Amino acid sequence: MKHLLIVGGGTAGTMMANKLAPVLDSDQWRITLIDEHETHYYQPGFLFIPWGIYNKQDVIKPKRDFYPSNIDVIIAPIEIIEPDANRVKLADGRVIVYDLMIIATGSRINPGETEGMLGDKWHKNIFDFYTIEGATALRNFIKYWEGGKMVVNVVEMPIKCPVAPLEFVFLADWYFTEQGIRDKVDIEYVTPLPGAFTKPIAAKFLGEFLTKKNIKLTSDFSAGRVDQENNTLYSWEEEAINYDLLVTIPTNMGSEVIGRSGMGDELNFIPTDPHTLQSKKWDNVFVLGDATDLPSSKAGSVAHFEADVLFENIQRYIDGRPLKAAFDGHANCYIESGFGKGILIDFNYDVEPLPGKFPLPGIGPFSLLQETRMNHWGKMTFRWVYWNLLLKGAELPIEAQMTMAGKKRV
Amino acid sequence: MATATLAGITVERDDEGYLKNPNDWTEEMAPELAKEMGIDTLTDEHWKVIRFMRQDFQEKGQVPTIRRMKVAGGIPVKDLYNLFPKGPAKKAAYIAGLGKPHGCI
Repeated sequence: MKHLLIVGGGTAGTMMANKLAPVLDSDQWRITLIDEHETHYYQPGFLFIPWGIYNKQDVIKPKRDFYPSNIDVIIAPIEIIEPDANRVKLADGRVIVYDLMIIATGSRINPGETEGMLGDKWHKNIFDFYTIEGATALRNFIKYWEGGKMVVNVVEMPIKCPVAPLEFVFLADWYFTEQGIRDKVDIEYVTPLPGAFTKPIAAKFLGEFLTKKNIKLTSDFSAGRVDQENNTLYSWEEEAINYDLLVTIPTNMGSEVIGRSGMGDELNFIPTDPHTLQSKKWDNVFVLGDATDLPSSKAGSVAHFEADVLFENIQRYIDGRPLKAAFDGHANCYIESGFGKGILIDFNYDVEPLPGKFPLPGIGPFSLLQETRMNHWGKMTFRWVYWNLLLKGAELPIEAQMTMAGKKRV
Repeated sequence: MATATLAGITVERDDEGYLKNPNDWTEEMAPELAKEMGIDTLTDEHWKVIRFMRQDFQEKGQVPTIRRMKVAGGIPVKDLYNLFPKGPAKKAAYIAGLGKPHGCI
């Protein structure tokens, strides 16, 4: 009997378990999934909590509800992964030996990487919205805020869901308008990138949205430290930005267990083949989702497209066939733009976000790189799709590989 | 893309001026490339960064990030910004004859 081990039961690990459990021959393979937490968070929903659109109950469900019934599940922290010995040691002393391992340990924020961030004012007037604690604490602040200067800062790239900070400022503009205090709130978006987004066409399009919504864009700003006493954010070159409310997107890093196990780069992301998703160092290790070092977005949609490719490659590996180098960096992101509207972008390693219709060329119903009400409904419907289809590994009517059909070169 | 003569050697450069082939680079080219980036004199500290980048690129096959220079090269981030103001990763890569570092999405 051989053993497939899935490390991490978040979006990526859960999808993979659900895809593989029905197809692996149960006389030859057993599957174990390890995770240290019981609760699954719908992370795209964190964006909506500070504005009172979602609350905590809207974004949590028990992880166990989503695991297939015919696999073993271990809820326990991992001490160390020893890929040279094909085994994982748990903190309670248990040792799990595997033949094949899929790592899906994700990424998380690490505010402690920035000097002065985690002081007395952390979650007082400095917040993240990438954790349930940060998003709910920020809700309590914003609910009673009477205005001032809100600075939204991306500390360094890469970050999970690179469009979320933009959505955050778009929603802030909408929310404070609805509250009747938009004239009392200054919004400044501060990013280390040269523009609003990485890719030129989308950066220009989204940059124009910032201008239209009277949100100040400060680019090429590499955050070095926070002076909590004087409510000031400094760059490494001592440029100063004052704030009353600082919303930070801190340094994102892979899991500490990856660092402890010597499997990651400086940010604990695992060097991974960008097309086959095999570890660059260990043949019987595959990596999925935010845990990789791929130059793709860290997002659920990316994990979903990767999962389609990995599903095939795991079977090929087991059957001794050559792997398929089929992952193209495909990402698909709804960008909530406020006032009940949204933007959709669809892109991959080589093709930047372009205008057009999606998923049906010429028809839609969604519009690429345009602001529409339908795109907003796509975003809001996605929560249902996520819980009921995506996590369960169901087929969605979107190909893993990006297509140029329906897109316009500009 | 264009060819240019740096320190007496003809090299190919991309649209932004980065050397096309890192193996074309010699240490003699660095002062000229530095001037193009607005750095008049390369000090020992500059050279420490350049040499680390060259060596790391040879070993890893990719241009090191600022974080990698800090963690693996032992060069404080603050120093990098002082030595190569406004974008140390790009400027240092330019002077070290390496390609433009890949931005993330």
